[in-house]
Amino acid sequence: MTRTFLLAATAMIALPLSAQAQTKVEWWHAMGGELGTKLEEIVAGYNASQDQYEVVPVFKGTYPETMTGAIAAFRAGQQPHIVQVYEVGTGTMMAAEGAIYPVYQLMQDAGATFNPADYLPAVVGYYADTDGNMLSMPFNSSTPILYYNKDVFEKAGLNPEKAPETWAEVEEFSKKIIDSGAANCGFTSGWISWVQLENFSAWHNQQIGTLENGFGGIDSELTVNGPAQVKHWENMKRWQDESIFQYGGPVGGNDAPPKFYAQECAMYMNSSASRAGVVANAKDFEVGYGMLPYYDDVEGAPQNSIIGGATLWVLAGHEDEEYKGVADFFSYLSSAEVQADWHQFSGYLPITTAAYELGKSQGYYAKTPGTDVAIRQITLNKPTPNSKGLRFGNYVQVRAIIDEEFEHLLSGGKSAQEALDAVVERGNALIRDFQDSNS
Amino acid sequence: MQTKRTIFGNRVLPYALLLPQLAITCVFFLWPAGQAFRQSFLREDAFGFKTRFVWFENYEKLFADPLYHNSLWVTVIFSLGVAFLSLATALILALAVDRTLRAARTYTTLLVWPYAVAPAVAGIMWWFLFNPTIGILPYVLEMLGYDWNHRSSSVDAMILVIVAASWKQISYNFLFFVAGLAAIPHSLVEAAAIDGAGPMKRFFTIIFPLLSPTTFFLLVVNVVYAMFDTFAVIHATTEGGPAQSTNILVYKVFEDGFIGLNLGSSAAQSVVLMAIVIVLTVIQFRWIERRVQY
Repeated sequence: MTRTFLLAATAMIALPLSAQAQTKVEWWHAMGGELGTKLEEIVAGYNASQDQYEVVPVFKGTYPETMTGAIAAFRAGQQPHIVQVYEVGTGTMMAAEGAIYPVYQLMQDAGATFNPADYLPAVVGYYADTDGNMLSMPFNSSTPILYYNKDVFEKAGLNPEKAPETWAEVEEFSKKIIDSGAANCGFTSGWISWVQLENFSAWHNQQIGTLENGFGGIDSELTVNGPAQVKHWENMKRWQDESIFQYGGPVGGNDAPPKFYAQECAMYMNSSASRAGVVANAKDFEVGYGMLPYYDDVEGAPQNSIIGGATLWVLAGHEDEEYKGVADFFSYLSSAEVQADWHQFSGYLPITTAAYELGKSQGYYAKTPGTDVAIRQITLNKPTPNSKGLRFGNYVQVRAIIDEEFEHLLSGGKSAQEALDAVVERGNALIRDFQDSNS
Repeated sequence: MQTKRTIFGNRVLPYALLLPQLAITCVFFLWPAGQAFRQSFLREDAFGFKTRFVWFENYEKLFADPLYHNSLWVTVIFSLGVAFLSLATALILALAVDRTLRAARTYTTLLVWPYAVAPAVAGIMWWFLFNPTIGILPYVLEMLGYDWNHRSSSVDAMILVIVAASWKQISYNFLFFVAGLAAIPHSLVEAAAIDGAGPMKRFFTIIFPLLSPTTFFLLVVNVVYAMFDTFAVIHATTEGGPAQSTNILVYKVFEDGFIGLNLGSSAAQSVVLMAIVIVLTVIQFRWIERRVQY
């Protein structure tokens, strides 16, 4: 009896031991669905390419869930090595100096080659500190673009090869589509805060906040209640009342994609990384791609759009040997082949110039038209202080406020000016809170 | 009722028998509650590097916050809505089963089933049914001329969460009402019937008053349920929206603490919730428990 037990116990100890010959690196991520499967494929490719390290990907749910999960784990001393944090969490992560292991330093300590100049300027600018050092590893960066249903366009008597360029055209096309009965609604949008306010501002070269949209310090203030933004939100409300626009819900807008897939709405604005989902779901119709619409009477439009998506942060408190594994994995991850493959599959931007060039030489963009819309849009003009990105504390909650005030606007409780004034006022209070807790 | 009393010879034994339960209470209730209490006086960043003692600042801010007042108000409407809807429906179903001669047991079993459904699953199910794009109910409502959209209408959203939260609770209430009805002496009802009282008259003058202890008990249980156990329903359907119109107190604790990472305020809110639970429990034990006859 004792013997069998001992044998069993030894076997149980021996099994994990043999697997632990490799150093394990844990990676918490927020990629579900098609993207998650692809991510696991990339990791499997890395694990098969060498036998020293084993990267273990763990899906932790949505972006907010992944981030708060990692923070809670850090406080309990159970943090993963790598965590994927979305762009609005950047301010919080940067402020947590003792919790993060800056990527530029990690790569240096591990002796890995790492040159920020290899990355797209729009991406580097968003995630570097004031000295130009990259604090986190860019992985999946995207920018919102316009998807449209070519079949519906054709049914409505529109040119299926021409995406609307201005908001006036969006309105005009939508009316034709609805009047002809080709679809019930003109357009819908995911990520109202990101697409219809932040990117809208950058695309029209309008300031989002003081101190270069918050890059200059945590004492910045929001300024999104300018005339261009107010005019756009006023139109959004009017378009909703005229059935031209349908709201897809707060945060990512869960109800927006089904509206487009079910051919309820003819146009759809969302991340370029929604392409994998669009391609998989748009079975009965042809999809066209276009840049975000702009108002041609706003000076400076179109400028350039800004990125969203996430980067990989390395958390402090692990062994040096494990960090070597992280650095090695990062080198693999940013190689042109892996990046080009990820970009072409998902619709995320090719974050290195090499990956973009590789795609070009493979003839990818010529073969699949529309796939370079995002990169052309983000590099359309040299970014201005208004359009290089944004960085505010407590921004996750500020996003929630943007959604709430947009909902107040849609339900008729507030005018566009009142709603955006409230965004600024409530948002600034939160940014002050953050400043207070971090100084 | 005769009381049974066991005499323990050993002085240590009773404490040893209580120990597992006490340990669980300490680890899973007292300790976290103490932590929340402590944290409600602190102000700190998400990672816990910079911690400052701020006395009652978190509470002061909380009570001055119009959003918190809104959340309180929303919680009152929501809990009363859930309590009323689930009690009324359960009572009607229980009366129907009580009058059914054949297959009453089968009906009872079937009606209790929803109680076994996890709140998150129930929430997702209602989310599907009411989804403005792919749901069947908005489709039906549109044919009736009502444009359902709980994404932008706060009234629609409130109806949705009340219905979704009540559905599960109906089963629970139903069981208690069935038991309550079974306990009412038939002779009373029959005597009234012989005296010429119709079914409505019998219900309001005999059955309902005799059920009142059960009803009171269920009212408290349902309000507690609506206030504290409906997180999953809200999370799966409206996420507190649109514009905070279904952001009940419990959900706000989660949102501010886990999404917004404002731990001090979140802790202060949970201390307030703790106080509310204590008050409700006292009401139940001091006031209602005495009048309920089992």
